[in-house]
Formats: sequence, C-alpha cells, structure tokens
Amino acid sequence: MDAILILLLALPAAGIIGLYLAPRELAGRIGAGVGALTFLASLVLLPLFDYKHPGVMQGQLNVSWVPDFDLRFHVGIDGLSLPLLLLTTLLSALCLLYDAKKTARDGSGRAYTALLLLLEIGMIGTFVSLDLLLFFIFFEIVLFPMYGLISRWGAESPAGARQRAATKFILYTLLGSAVMLLGFLLIHAKTGTFDMTVLDARHGAGMTSSVQAAAFLLVGLGFAVKTPMWPLHTWLPDAHTSAPTSGSVLLAGVLLKMGTYGFIRIGIGMVPLGAHRFALALGAFGVVGIVYGALACLAQIRQGGDFKRLVAYSSIGHMGFVLLGIATLTSVGIDGAVFASVAHGLITGLLFFLAGGFKERLGTTDLFTLGRGLYERARRYGVLLVFAAVASLGLPGLAGFWGEAYAMIGAVDPASGLSSLGFHILLVGAGLGMVLTAAYLLSVVRRVCMGVPGDAVPDLHYPPMTDLTPRELVTWTPLAGLTLAAGLWPALVLALAHPAVQHLLQGAR
Amino acid sequence: MNLWALITIALPAAGGALTFAGGRDRRHAQFWSVAPVGAALFTALVVQSEHGAGGQSVSVFELAAAGKYTIYLGTRVTGLSALVAILVTIVALAVQVYSLTYMEHDRRYASYAALISIFTAAMLLVVYSDDLIVLLVGWEIMGACSYFLIGHYWDRQDARSAAIKAFLVTKTGDVPFLIGIAALGVQAGSFRVDQILGYVASGRLQYPELIALLLLCGAVGKSAQFPLHSWLPDAMAGPTPISALIHAATMVAAGVYLVALLYPVFVAAPGVLILMSVIAAITMVGSALAALAQTDVKRVLAYSTVSQLAYMFGALASGGRTAAVFHLLTHGAFKALLFLGAGVVIHRLGTNEISEMGGLRYRMPITFWTMTIGLGALAGFPLTSGFFSKEGILGAAWDAQGEFSAPGWIVLVADLATVAVTAAYAGRLWLKMFFGPFPPASPDDSLVEAPQTELVPLLVLAVPAAVLGFVTLAPGVFGSWIGGEYGEPLSSTVAQDLRPAGYTTVIALVVAVLGFLAVWLRWRADPEADPADILGPLRVPALNGFYFDRLQNQLVVRPVRAAARAVGFADTEVVDAYVRGSGVATRSLGGLLRRLQTGNVQFYLTALFSVMIVIAAVFAREVS
Repeated sequence: MDAILILLLALPAAGIIGLYLAPRELAGRIGAGVGALTFLASLVLLPLFDYKHPGVMQGQLNVSWVPDFDLRFHVGIDGLSLPLLLLTTLLSALCLLYDAKKTARDGSGRAYTALLLLLEIGMIGTFVSLDLLLFFIFFEIVLFPMYGLISRWGAESPAGARQRAATKFILYTLLGSAVMLLGFLLIHAKTGTFDMTVLDARHGAGMTSSVQAAAFLLVGLGFAVKTPMWPLHTWLPDAHTSAPTSGSVLLAGVLLKMGTYGFIRIGIGMVPLGAHRFALALGAFGVVGIVYGALACLAQIRQGGDFKRLVAYSSIGHMGFVLLGIATLTSVGIDGAVFASVAHGLITGLLFFLAGGFKERLGTTDLFTLGRGLYERARRYGVLLVFAAVASLGLPGLAGFWGEAYAMIGAVDPASGLSSLGFHILLVGAGLGMVLTAAYLLSVVRRVCMGVPGDAVPDLHYPPMTDLTPRELVTWTPLAGLTLAAGLWPALVLALAHPAVQHLLQGAR
Repeated sequence: MNLWALITIALPAAGGALTFAGGRDRRHAQFWSVAPVGAALFTALVVQSEHGAGGQSVSVFELAAAGKYTIYLGTRVTGLSALVAILVTIVALAVQVYSLTYMEHDRRYASYAALISIFTAAMLLVVYSDDLIVLLVGWEIMGACSYFLIGHYWDRQDARSAAIKAFLVTKTGDVPFLIGIAALGVQAGSFRVDQILGYVASGRLQYPELIALLLLCGAVGKSAQFPLHSWLPDAMAGPTPISALIHAATMVAAGVYLVALLYPVFVAAPGVLILMSVIAAITMVGSALAALAQTDVKRVLAYSTVSQLAYMFGALASGGRTAAVFHLLTHGAFKALLFLGAGVVIHRLGTNEISEMGGLRYRMPITFWTMTIGLGALAGFPLTSGFFSKEGILGAAWDAQGEFSAPGWIVLVADLATVAVTAAYAGRLWLKMFFGPFPPASPDDSLVEAPQTELVPLLVLAVPAAVLGFVTLAPGVFGSWIGGEYGEPLSSTVAQDLRPAGYTTVIALVVAVLGFLAVWLRWRADPEADPADILGPLRVPALNGFYFDRLQNQLVVRPVRAAARAVGFADTEVVDAYVRGSGVATRSLGGLLRRLQTGNVQFYLTALFSVMIVIAAVFAREVS
C-alpha cells in the first residue's frame, strides 16, 4: 500500500514534467489524464485497506530524509485520512477534467495545469504525512499554486481585485502557518520527536497541561486561519470571489479540510489537554461563525449581491459546524466533523462549479443580473442548483445532514469536564444558524430558479442560458451522486472514520 | 410483516425516482406515479392484516454507527402505524388518480407526480420507522416536498413566498425537535422508539419537561399550531390536490402522530400538557373564526384544518390519545374529500372566491353529495365519522383526571366554542357554494360535472367520511387496534371507549345547531350577502388572520434582515478593516505591502519560507 501512496505523490509530479516535455496544446489532456490516473490509483487503496483495523496507520513508509532537521519522509493512512484523501483525488480529477478543454485553447494552459497538479501534490501530501515537519511542508506547498491561480487566472473585476485577494490569502495563511510551525517546534522541544504516530500513541504524555495549552493555541491558530474560523475568515470571501472555478472548488473542497484535519489529528490527538482547555472557546467561535456566516449570506441577497461570495460565506457557517463537532471532544461529534468535512467538499464543490458555469455563460455571478426562471430557461441546470442548495441547507437524506446532526448530538452531551451548559447555549446558536442557512439558500433558489423572466420589468429580457453541457454533466454529476449516496448511506464515510476517531480519542468516549 | 412495511416505503420511493427518470414523458409519468402507490396501499393493507390488533413488531438493520450511537434503518409496526399508513396510502392514491386529469394540461406534471410519490414514501418512513433519526429524515423530506409542491407555480409571486415561508416556519420547529430527539437519544443511549419508550417506562428519564417541550416545537410547526401556524393558509398557493394530500390529510397530521408515538414522554411532563392544551385552545378557536371570515374556499379549508388539528392536540393534552388518533383518521378522510371537491369546483368555475359560487347543487350532483358528507363530518353532523371522533375528543376532555384534569377543562371549553364556529363555517360554505342563485359571473351551463378520474376519488373518500365512525360503537375495539402507548397490546376492556355518551354529546349538538342556525338565518334573510358578517367587528381581523403575519414580520423578519445588513456591513468595514488597517498602520508591514504590490511577491515568499525552514532546522537541532 505504501507504493500506492508514493504513486499518488509521484503521478502529479510526473505529470508536471510531462507537461513541459509535451507540446503546449496537449496540456489540458495531460492534466485530465494525470488527474484521472491519480484518482484511479487512490481507488486501489480501497480494496487494499484493512477494514478490520481502520484505526491503525496503514501502508506506512518511514525513511529519513533530512537528518539534520529531524525531517523524515513518513507517510501512511488510516480511516480518518482515507476519506479526505479520496475526496482530494476526486475533486482534483474533476477539476482537471473540467478545465481540460479550456486550457487547450488558452495559451497559458501549461502553467495553469502545472499549478493544479502541484496543488494536488500538496493536498495529498498533507493528508498522508505522518511527520509534523513533512506535514508542514506539504501544508505550505499548497499555498503557492493557489496564490498563482488567484493572482493570474482570477476574476478581474473590480480592477486589482484578484491581486489584492491573492495577497491577502497568502499573507493571512502564511502568518497562520508560521504560528503553527512554532507550535510544532514547541511539541518537538518537549517530546523530541516530530513523528505523528509516536505523538499520537503518547496522547500528550510528556507535556504538561500548560505546554499542551500553548501548543494547542499555536497550532490551532494556524488551523483556524485555514478552516477558517470566525474572525480569522476575511481572506476567504475575497479569495473565493476572485479565484477561477477550479481554484474555488479545491479551495473550499479540500484546502479548508486541511485545517479541520489538523485540528482533529494534531490538536486532539497529540495535545488533548490543550484541546480540552480551549474546547468551549473553539465551539463558541464555530457557532458565532455559523450565525455570522449565515447572516453575511443573507446580506448578499440584494442588488449587486454575488453568488460566489455567498457560497464562500456559507463555507464559514458549515465549517462552524465542523468546529462545533470537534469542540465537543466526543467521538460522535468528531465523527460528525469528519462527515461534515467530506460532505461540505462535495456540496460546496458542486455549488462553486455551478457558479463557475454562470460565470462562463453570462460573464457574471451577480444574483440580480443572472436572471430568473432558471427552471424554465435551463431546466437541468436549475434542478442541479436546487439540489445543491437543499443539500447545503442540511436536508436529511442528503450528505449535508449527518455531519450537522452528529455535531449537535455531541453538543448535547459533551466530553466529561466540559461545561454542558455552555454547549447547550452553543446548541441554540447552531440551531438558529440552521434556520438562517435555509433562509438564504432558499432565497437564492427563489431569486434565480423561480420567477418568470421579466417578472418585475415587463420588457426585461434575461440572457439566454444554455443547459448543462456534456462536459459539465460528466464532471458535476459525480458530486451530486455522492451527495445522495452519502446521505442515504452514511456508513460510507463513518465506517472508516469512526474507528480512527475512536483510536484518536484513546477510547475516551 | 416488517418486510412488507419496508416494501410499502420503498414502492412509492422507487415510483418517484422512475417518474423523474422519464423526463417530461406524460404517459410514463402517469403510470409510474399511480401504480407504485396503488401497490403500496395493497402492502399497507397486508401489514395491517398480518399485524392484527395490539402489540408491536420491530425489525431493524444497522445503518451507521457514530460515537456510541448507532442509527438503525428499520420498521416498528404497531396498530397505530399500520392504520395511519393505510390512511396515507389511500389518500395518496386518490390524489394521484385525481391528478391524472386535474393536472392534465400542466407542463410540469411529471415532476409534480414524482414529488407526490417521494412525499408518500417520506410520510410512510415517518409512520413506520423505528429510529427517531430516520424518522427525522422522513419528516424533513416531507417538508422539502411540501416546499417544492407549494412552489409548483413558481412563476407566481404568492407561490414563491408561500413555499419559502412554509419551509422556514416548519424548520423553526424542526431545529428544537432535532435537539429534543438528540437529548432523548443521548439519555436512552439509543434512538430507537422501542428502546426509548422502554427507558421512559423505567422511570429514569431526566428533564422530561424540557425534552417534551423541544419535541412539541417540531409537532407544532409541522401541524401548523399557534404560533407556527401562519404558513398553512398561505400554502394554499399550491395545486389543490397537494392541499388535500399534504396540507390536510397527511403531513400536517405528522405532528399529532409524533405526539401519539412518543406519548409517554409527554405524559411525564404535566407542564407541557398544560402548554399543549393552551396552544390547542388558542389555535382551534382563533383559526375557526378565521375560517368563518375567509372568502377563498381553499383558505376556509386551510384554517379549518388548523382548527381540526388543534382538536387532536387538545385531545392528546387531556389524555385522549385514542380519540386523537381516531380523529386524525376521520379528518384525513373527510378533509381530503373536501379539498378534492373544492378543487373540482374551482377547476370548473375558474375561481376560488366563495362570492362567485352558488347554486351548484344541480350542476354538480356528485360533488354536491360527497361534499355534503364531508361538510357534515366536519361540522359533526350526527352519525357521520366526524361526529363520532369529535365525541371521543369531548369525552376525553370531560373524563380527564389527575395530571390531565387542568388541560381537560381548558380543552373542553375551547372545544365547545369551536364546535359552534365550525358548524357555522361549514354551513356557510355549504349554503354559499351549492344553494342560492347562480352568481352573475357564472360560466355557461355547458360546464358540468368533473371527469371520472376526479369523481371516483371523491366517492371513495366519501365512504370512510360517512361510515368510519361506526367502529366506535363496539366498545374499546378501536383502542385495542391502535394498541397501548408503550406499544403493548391492549384488550378492548381497558382501552379508551369512544362511544358518544353523556352530557357532552347533548351540549355539543346544541351549540352546533346554534352555530348553524346563526348562519342559516343570516343566509335566509339575504342569500346574496356573506353570512360571515355575523362576526361583526371581528370579521376584518379574522379575515386577515388576526394580523399575525404583520406581527411576525415586525418581530422576526425585519430584525433578521437588519442583522444581515449589519453583518454584511461589518464584515467588509470592521472585521476586515483591522486586517487591512494593521497592514497600513504598521510601517514595516506597509512597506511590505508596497513591495508586494510592485510584484516582488515571489522574492518575499521564497524568503519567508526559507527563513521558516531555517528556524525550524535550528530549533530541531537544538532540542534533539
């Protein structure tokens, strides 16, 4: 299995080299091919994985890389990383496929595809790393291609927007990462190792409560920026609004999960006392994010409101549920957090694809110039949009529900030592956020899908809207299908994640 | 038997998926929307006949394990669930058949029919599911189907608003409901109804008041009780068959069903029972008055539904679980009948307004007679089904003892007032629609009775609406059919007896006659006028739903909008400002930004990254 993990990193790397060896026109096809191959390779993990022990790190490869830095190339997967890894390869493959045609025409397709592949390397590496320093390196690698994608291929309206967004994104996340690195160094200073399996097994042993608290605070700040946690979220709406479609999909679908993954794997697994001390605060920030994000989305339902920006703000709310689930420190809450992470990747990925489709067709994502009556103008497009919207508002039977429900069940009865009353108050806030979430998503549906063209002004004609193209069908329906499948059969994710979470909590609950 | 129950759920679900798959092919949609629901009716009858009377039968599969909780997909068949499932499938089938011609010329018929099938499956999931989380799945899918179907005419402003309002108001109840289920499951260690009821029976349930209150929120939202009732009258913007199925007979009854399902939890919380009786009393009187004042026939029936559901809640609050369930069944039959009949009239005349109707007795004899049965049952005309079920409710309130005595009195007074108003509005509808002169705007005489696909469902539903009540004449039999509140078998000697007896029957008859007489005398005096003016100064407020929407707008909608604007402003101007501000204020960072903007980003990033790696290396070496 370790060979597959190496292959997952090597394939995109080989693809980058291949891009520059092959003729420029083939860039898009090479990208799509490599993406598909990587996804297929990751699927091979499924039969190889030992489902009897999903809590144990499997397929480990552990070689010394730079001994001077105590940097080891140590990779492996367990039930927690496997779903996120598959989500990464799937979304990358879909993005590369989606862009294949466009990049073939674009003169700069080579660089664009190379950046996407580099991004994939970083994302895969983050989820398979078992060495803190290696984890950090992969975590950082991701930033550069994303910066490039936003600053070069982003939307240029208003002028200079993409550059500002890209700069804000990179400064914000780099500063967060710098703090995170300090946290890693603190852990290393106290335990003498970067090895995540060792640290995980010790479960905080060897670090006093205050050291763990400091470490959690440092590491957590880095992850909180990435997740993003309110009030460290302001890079996100700008980055999403400016980023090209694939950039947005991967940013929301995978990059944000690197933050929550870090919280679970490193925060709870390695400095549990620190996590315990700050749990209520983490949950509170998460819940503020839920309500705040939903209100910010509602504020976008106006003349000049932007659909992409709205979806970006909705991510803050959804990640708030993930943070709430993590903060309960119960296995049901963390199971919910993992599930919600995967579900958010699928659903928000789909929403950003749909926003990209609007941009491509109509040149805008302004909610009030998109026109109305999408159910009539482009029936399948409208149905897919409403499907994504109800999935995003957490309709039971679709993927969005289980994560939120489990996070709330966790909050009803948080881990021992945590304030039950505090979490019950958070529960009320989260519930309020659920209603507001439904309000803004249905308002979007009402604004865009419903209504006759020319409703308000008799002679207003909306631009014609082509229905789903075959390319879009191929790349978007897998996300819709998985949203339905995971919603009807949540064990799809939970059977893997649950034992790993149990292991991480050392059978605490 | 449990397998049959699962099949009953799966059939309409598959039918809905197949209908969707056919695109806009009308004949495909017609077949796949009717046949699976018909088959589901058959299997629901099989479930009932195998189950017989009393007891519970549970069979589950593991769906997902998270934390220490496991979610099960499985069915729990009791007399209660078996009977309600039959009601659901009968009404669903009637509506699907009725829609064959009613929605004949609608371009969106296929998606409409598919959504009805999916709705039916979701409702059956609620009825049969053993696991409360899975029940919640069905519960909210019903809500979503209701949303889509209310918004069926999405090119109309009122339908768009009504759809979103219905979803949000019920969701407001559903969130506390979810928390209540979670609280219940966390205590019992399981979300399975049989285990939760066992846990409650053991007397270990803590905070029953809080949990019952949270659960009640969900029921109140779904069943459109005060103060979450305002969505239902607006929901009439949807097609009329939808109003019959979802907004009268089945989905809105789900709240009542849920309270009956988890009845021991509510009985353990006497304070919540009193609250429930107060909610029921306010709702039943208020909405009955509103029904009397409405001018749109569908809105009359909608307010009437709200009022009738409040009867059921009142019965539950005063200990009459059996009576509430019986009224759920009879009301399901006669209210679906009334809506479908009203749909026929609306379709033929092209108007919803009562003032534009009249004299239809001779033009539409079948509609007239079936609706007469329905209105009679609604008003509690002796020997109709509604008469018996209402007597059961009154009897339960009269006999209430112990923790039920206070709710019993509240409910009894409200019940009797409502009986009078109900007789009045039912009479008004009957007289104004079917008697008197043809209105001047009446269409030509060639428009007569509806096609058979629409009349057969009316006739089929008229049978239970007329005769279902007679089952109560056998003492305790209905109570033993639905079984005990813990799912235990109940012999007919101990089950609640629904036979009409005692003072309540006489009093109710007298007030009903008085209510009808008031309308009839007014109508006799002036057949052109609207008898609703017997309400006097109350008429205008009642017509406007006592201005509840305006209150809701002031107290909820506007503050939320203002908060959204504030956040929208704050996020760009305040929260983000400190980010930008810190960059500008600090000289060094300001310089950094300038350099970034001149394009030296790569240099800066490379430098920062290398510096961090070096720091890491130094640290690592020092400590190791």
